[in-house]
Amino acid sequence: MKQYTTDELWGALRERAPAEGVAWLEGEARAASSDPGVLASAFPAVGRMVGRGVLDPGEDPDSLHAWRVEDAGRAVLLVAAGERVAGGLPELYRYGDAAERRGILRSLYLLPVGRSAVPLVEDAVRTNDTRLIAAALGPYAFRHLDDAALAQAVLKCVFLEVPISPLLDIGLGERIGPEMARMLAGYVHERVAAGRDVPSEVWFVIERFPPRRELDAIAAELDHPVEERRRAARRALAHSELLRRRSNANL
Amino acid sequence: MRIFDPHIHMTSRTTDDYEAMAAAGVRAVVEPAFWLGQPRTTVGSFVDYFNSLIGWERFRAAQFGIRHHCAIGLNPKEANDDHLREEVLRLLPRYLAKDGVVAVGEVGFDSMTRAEEEAIEAQLQLALEHDLPVLVHTPHRDKLEGTLRTLRLIERAGLSPDRVLIDHNNELTVGPVSESGCWMGFTIYPFTKMDEHRMVRILEEFGTERILINSAADWGISDPLKVVKTVGAMRAAGFDEAGIERVVWHNPVEFFGQSGRLELGEVEADRGATFHGNSVLRGERRS
Repeated sequence: MKQYTTDELWGALRERAPAEGVAWLEGEARAASSDPGVLASAFPAVGRMVGRGVLDPGEDPDSLHAWRVEDAGRAVLLVAAGERVAGGLPELYRYGDAAERRGILRSLYLLPVGRSAVPLVEDAVRTNDTRLIAAALGPYAFRHLDDAALAQAVLKCVFLEVPISPLLDIGLGERIGPEMARMLAGYVHERVAAGRDVPSEVWFVIERFPPRRELDAIAAELDHPVEERRRAARRALAHSELLRRRSNANL
Repeated sequence: MRIFDPHIHMTSRTTDDYEAMAAAGVRAVVEPAFWLGQPRTTVGSFVDYFNSLIGWERFRAAQFGIRHHCAIGLNPKEANDDHLREEVLRLLPRYLAKDGVVAVGEVGFDSMTRAEEEAIEAQLQLALEHDLPVLVHTPHRDKLEGTLRTLRLIERAGLSPDRVLIDHNNELTVGPVSESGCWMGFTIYPFTKMDEHRMVRILEEFGTERILINSAADWGISDPLKVVKTVGAMRAAGFDEAGIERVVWHNPVEFFGQSGRLELGEVEADRGATFHGNSVLRGERRS
């Protein structure tokens, strides 16, 4: 997951967006630097003017975490508005469509907004729109959400099948704590008891602070009378070195 | 057969409906803003509703491979609340600028009041300003008179008839609407409005040009598969596949394509992005 600087975003835009779109964006950015109010009319048009594909052609076009060309366009406009951007953000977000909101969320770490945009991140994480949740969980959220809120957000990602491995690039590794590990392990147990699967990437979180009670409960599923649950436990186990070691006696 | 339902209120429908629609060939829809069965009392309810039309509902549809677009407007019933009418009309320009908003609508008459007429006139002007086509609802009661009065307002506003879709037509309104040059919409309902077999008779008489068929499925008794069922009735009556596809795909694409904001993506990719020499995507899809 890339953390672009503003200059890098402009560079990528000049490569990926049509020339007339870039020219339009430069004009709007100049206008926004003297009057941030112009953002209200420019913002909805960005996708139509600069395009909507992934910014880095090497990225998976369906990736929820990938910057879109239009996200970059909105980011440079917000940056251009300078110090005054914070005042206009709540309204831009309130009346923004999903793409506009995604652009705002993705840009937050580049903006001089202090903690004032935390409510926008919290709003996005409360939705069930995976595009918004993924965009909200950027460097800004990692700087400003406390451990409990971040753990809830990561669990929500797993629940909605938003990949969490890309979050390692922006510091998920340093933010994993016992509570996050416990919540994910509890979720694994719940899924196994339902005979279902979880993405294998939960284990890098769980194994950092192995929660004993939850892991024992998952291991106990290996001997459960219901075959679906035994099978789900074996599938879960296949992804965890730790759980395999703990369950050696059972295998 | 690819199907485009040009008028359906998916906000009121379940994921079972989305699943059944996708399985039956529905690939694109337009959801016009309408009332919710009971009146809203604050402008904030409209903000949340419009936000859901341009955000959440599009996301829900995409889970089933269906392209969701919307029309934004103030409906006639709620236009009769003076305070709300003014506030919502002031809000509309913001939303008419959004991606995926392919028309102004539904606008039109319900009880043919002066307030309703004001709301129609204001929104026809917004359509001109935002270069968007208009989706017009015709009233349930006194339908012919309401339709004729709407046509006069459109002419007076200086809107080109090929930018206007008059909806919920029946055997009595189709003649004058056809003569006006506007597009003709038909809502196929289980008990009211129009049914599949009456629709086939109208198509036999008027042909397939400028005619759109929709389910207008909403929170009342309605059926999101009515366009699909009308395809069956057209086949049974001997219409060829090209004629059927014109009504249930090409006509809506051509009409709403005038907005320049239809996003049909891979749905169109296999057939090329032009129809009758017009780019239906109008160069807007750059990704």
